[in-house]
Amino acid sequence: MNKKQKKMLARILIAAALLAALHFIPTEGALRFALYMVPYLAIGYDILIKAGKGIKNRQVFDENFLMAVATVGAIALALYEGSGDYTEAIAVMLFYQVGEFFQSYAVGKSRRNISELMDIRPDYANVEQDGRLEQVDPDEVGIGSVIVVQPGEKIPIDGVVTEGASSLNTAALTGESLPRDVKEGDEVISGCINMTGVLKVRTTKEFGESTVSKILDLVENASSRKSRSEAFISKFARIYTPAVCGSALALAVLPPLVRLVGLGLPGDWGTWIYRALTFLVASCPCALVISIPLSFFAGIGGASKSGVLVKGSNYLETLSQTKIVVFDKTGTLTQGVFEVNGIHHSELENEKLLEYAALVESSSSHPISKSLQRAYGKEFDRSRVSEVEELSGMGVTARVDGLPVAAGNEKLMRHLGIEPIACHSAGTIIHMAIGGKYAGHIVISDVVKPRAKEAVAALKAAGVRRAVMLTGDAKKVAKQVAASLGISEVFAELLPGGKVEKVEELLKTKPEKAKLAFVGDGINDAPVLSRADIGIAMGAMGSDAAIEAADVVLMDDDPMKISKAIQISKKCLRIVYENIVFAIGIKLACLVLVALGLADMWLAIFADVGVMILAVLNAIRALFVKKL
Amino acid sequence: MKKTYKIDVDCANCANKMEEAAKKTAGVKSAVVNFMTLKMVVEFEEGAEPAAVMQQVLKNCKKVEDDCEIFL
Repeated sequence: MNKKQKKMLARILIAAALLAALHFIPTEGALRFALYMVPYLAIGYDILIKAGKGIKNRQVFDENFLMAVATVGAIALALYEGSGDYTEAIAVMLFYQVGEFFQSYAVGKSRRNISELMDIRPDYANVEQDGRLEQVDPDEVGIGSVIVVQPGEKIPIDGVVTEGASSLNTAALTGESLPRDVKEGDEVISGCINMTGVLKVRTTKEFGESTVSKILDLVENASSRKSRSEAFISKFARIYTPAVCGSALALAVLPPLVRLVGLGLPGDWGTWIYRALTFLVASCPCALVISIPLSFFAGIGGASKSGVLVKGSNYLETLSQTKIVVFDKTGTLTQGVFEVNGIHHSELENEKLLEYAALVESSSSHPISKSLQRAYGKEFDRSRVSEVEELSGMGVTARVDGLPVAAGNEKLMRHLGIEPIACHSAGTIIHMAIGGKYAGHIVISDVVKPRAKEAVAALKAAGVRRAVMLTGDAKKVAKQVAASLGISEVFAELLPGGKVEKVEELLKTKPEKAKLAFVGDGINDAPVLSRADIGIAMGAMGSDAAIEAADVVLMDDDPMKISKAIQISKKCLRIVYENIVFAIGIKLACLVLVALGLADMWLAIFADVGVMILAVLNAIRALFVKKL
Repeated sequence: MKKTYKIDVDCANCANKMEEAAKKTAGVKSAVVNFMTLKMVVEFEEGAEPAAVMQQVLKNCKKVEDDCEIFL
């Protein structure tokens, strides 16, 4: 509790105690009025002052005004009627303040909880100076410095491990509890917690450019972009209060006039003014105004806890309406790592063919050559290779152990006058010729992510109607991957610009309310990410471009997170709608009851504070997203 | 030019009012008040002097909601 809240709590307790004590002291007339004014002013003086200032600044219609008019009115009525019943006015003010107190406490508490969740800011970096470790501000560490990260400490700055091995807890970034092992030469990302061994890290970025800073910046500025529901509520509040005040005035004046003039009955002004005042008490829009932004804030907080960063409540809203998900294939559904998947028609042992292929390609850094070398898996002597010649767009020829060897596509084989055997498998085919004779081919293909199929199914379960895959890859490969994942719509052989066109086409043909999400790995697809209704970047740890271009950032590259993000947004929006309907519904019901004279001021204030408390508690539910 | 200021305000509706007031201030292109993070992001118009404009923003905010603060 902060100072303001403590003061408020004291005022509430004092006023309540005074009110209870006065109940047992029989007093009359002016003395009674004076005595009762003590708790009233103790609890309500600030409301009266604020209402007065509001009138002075021509900002009449607000909650303070409502409460001031209602309670002063009730007291005036008690004086006029000579009933001496001031308790009601004081109680109304008291409950209103209890409600405000609770609201401020709950909001403050959830504000703190959520910021703690996102607290990945490292406080210091250890720098070795003259053999001693010194703690310095991470901002002061330059690129290329060596920092020491001890077990239990956060990695403060992105870098490369130069010494040591350890396990890293990435839960704060990705929501993934499985530790990640790192050793010398591995890149590490700031924000992870070092768990087991001491690491020496050579920084590759400044603190301000490090992952952790980027994420903090993103999270802190999230929810500045407001959703339609929030805009609706602000607008609603603006017309609501004057409308309610008008209605209250009508309720106070019209029925007595009708009775007097139309029906010839006594005006019964007291009853109707009392009802009008009660109407004002019941009408306070606090529940609505506080619970909607709180729900979104909690939703964004819950999402970031599970490794899904949402850049604003508007994106959370759009995400919940996602009906079409467009995937980029490579890096999103597949690992973007090429692996040898088969060796066909080989005249030699498979192992031998792979050895030749690896040797021929040993000087190239192309991903395909890398995968060949990885598949071969053994050290080899580069001096066995000579006369390496790269034929652009075809492949490589060289001499291995004096023997002419060629590795490349069909074009290369034909170029060398050798007839290749076509392959039925999808993927990149490396045809091999050894000693001028065809020697078989090696199939290399991208590997589908282990949970990609599950992820597509989970998306369908989350209400996504169409899953579409876009890729620059060959049709055959694309079709095979899509079929294995259960995706029916595939557009292959697209250039980067073609992806934008396709997404625009899809955007044009879809129904207005169904939102289109594009999921990419953030590499080369920034234009598409920003063109889609909502751009989701995956595996963004360390990729600044992706973090900037996307609306939703998935911290690791698990495709299951896409459906999780949608589920989180749906839960959050469900809570938002629940609160809107619940708060407005109860309010309207209360107002009707009051207008009909079926509810008094006590019920009105209970309804107001009760609805607010329930709405706030409901909003906090958006924070719990683990089981989705 | 965009700048972010820390603010203090007690209720969500008051935050909305501050936003309205800030938006109407001369020299402010757009303003967003985030009640949950207690921040105000102000985008200034070309050539406007942020320090002077913010004084006016604070004054206007005080007018609509007496109990608010902007930490300049």
